[in-house]
Amino acid sequence: MPFTTTKSAFWKGFRDSAPFILVSGPFGLLFGVLAAEAGLIVPEAFAFSMAVFAGSAQFTALQLMQENAPVFIVLISALAVNLRVAMYSASLTPYLGSAPLWQRALAAYLTVDQAYALSIVQFENEPKMTVPQRMAYFFGTNGLVAPVWMIATITGVLVGSQIPASWGLDFVLPLAFLAMIGPMLRTPAHLAACFAAIVTALFAVVLPYNLGLIVAGLVGMMVGAQVELWLEQRKTKVEVPQ
Amino acid sequence: MTTIDPTILWTVIIGLAIGSFGLRFAFIGLMANRTMPAWLMRHLRYTAVAIIPALVAPLVAWPTPTGGVTSLPHLLAAGVTLAVGLLSKNVLAAMAGGGATLFGLLYLFG
Repeated sequence: MPFTTTKSAFWKGFRDSAPFILVSGPFGLLFGVLAAEAGLIVPEAFAFSMAVFAGSAQFTALQLMQENAPVFIVLISALAVNLRVAMYSASLTPYLGSAPLWQRALAAYLTVDQAYALSIVQFENEPKMTVPQRMAYFFGTNGLVAPVWMIATITGVLVGSQIPASWGLDFVLPLAFLAMIGPMLRTPAHLAACFAAIVTALFAVVLPYNLGLIVAGLVGMMVGAQVELWLEQRKTKVEVPQ
Repeated sequence: MTTIDPTILWTVIIGLAIGSFGLRFAFIGLMANRTMPAWLMRHLRYTAVAIIPALVAPLVAWPTPTGGVTSLPHLLAAGVTLAVGLLSKNVLAAMAGGGATLFGLLYLFG
């Protein structure tokens, strides 16, 4: 269905994003609960979610700060986890790059997994959308998810401060990370990267300042990239003789 | 668990806010019509699937709640979470499966 107005594009994005509140709600809640367990109060946790607005990076930073990792390791690791948003930004540029600067700046802040995933499919399926309509759709996909994430964080802190330490929530954060990894492993190269990173990380714990994490991450990335390259080359070799 | 020093916390919040925005703004805002080299994009595709497992692996092998002693309930809960996520592609199902495994085993044997 072609759009007639930018308004209808916004509401289409808004409706399309509705199922994602089932993800951002519980995860925002979980972030709040774990932040409270780590000793954060409401304004701190809220500022964290508001300013950073990137779930996996926030969980990473929270975990590393509790391990007393040096600040630069916390920052590098959390930003590395979030490097994928740079790819989203690159991939959205052909569709949104000619919008006014303030809109692009706002869009940059709101570039998260679900906004990207919904928007890129929408833009590819409907090439005739105008740039303002695309921008409106993109903002629409955040109309629910962003407020839900912030409110869930605050609720989580309030709930979390009531939960006694004896409940053993220390292991919930590792489980949350593991839950995020499963759906990301879509290709053999992803699996190879993941496996290489795990093995390296287990050996690299002997390194000081949590540097093992950075080393293991780099090893995983290189293995993933190499396996991808290798699989592509093998594919073209098989295809050529036909 | 140690409490986080407020100075460190706010340094991290501000640093991450600037850094995350920088990552997101880098292309859409600044590099409007340039493309990234293929080798760099190829490596960037694997950052999350490398860094997150690297962060989790030691926490699973030597869990904080047991004081760093390797424990079967924690290993099994981690395995179930990963397996459910891999098969169902559903983050919440994975979380629920892992949580149920952990608290079930701890209740039975803990």
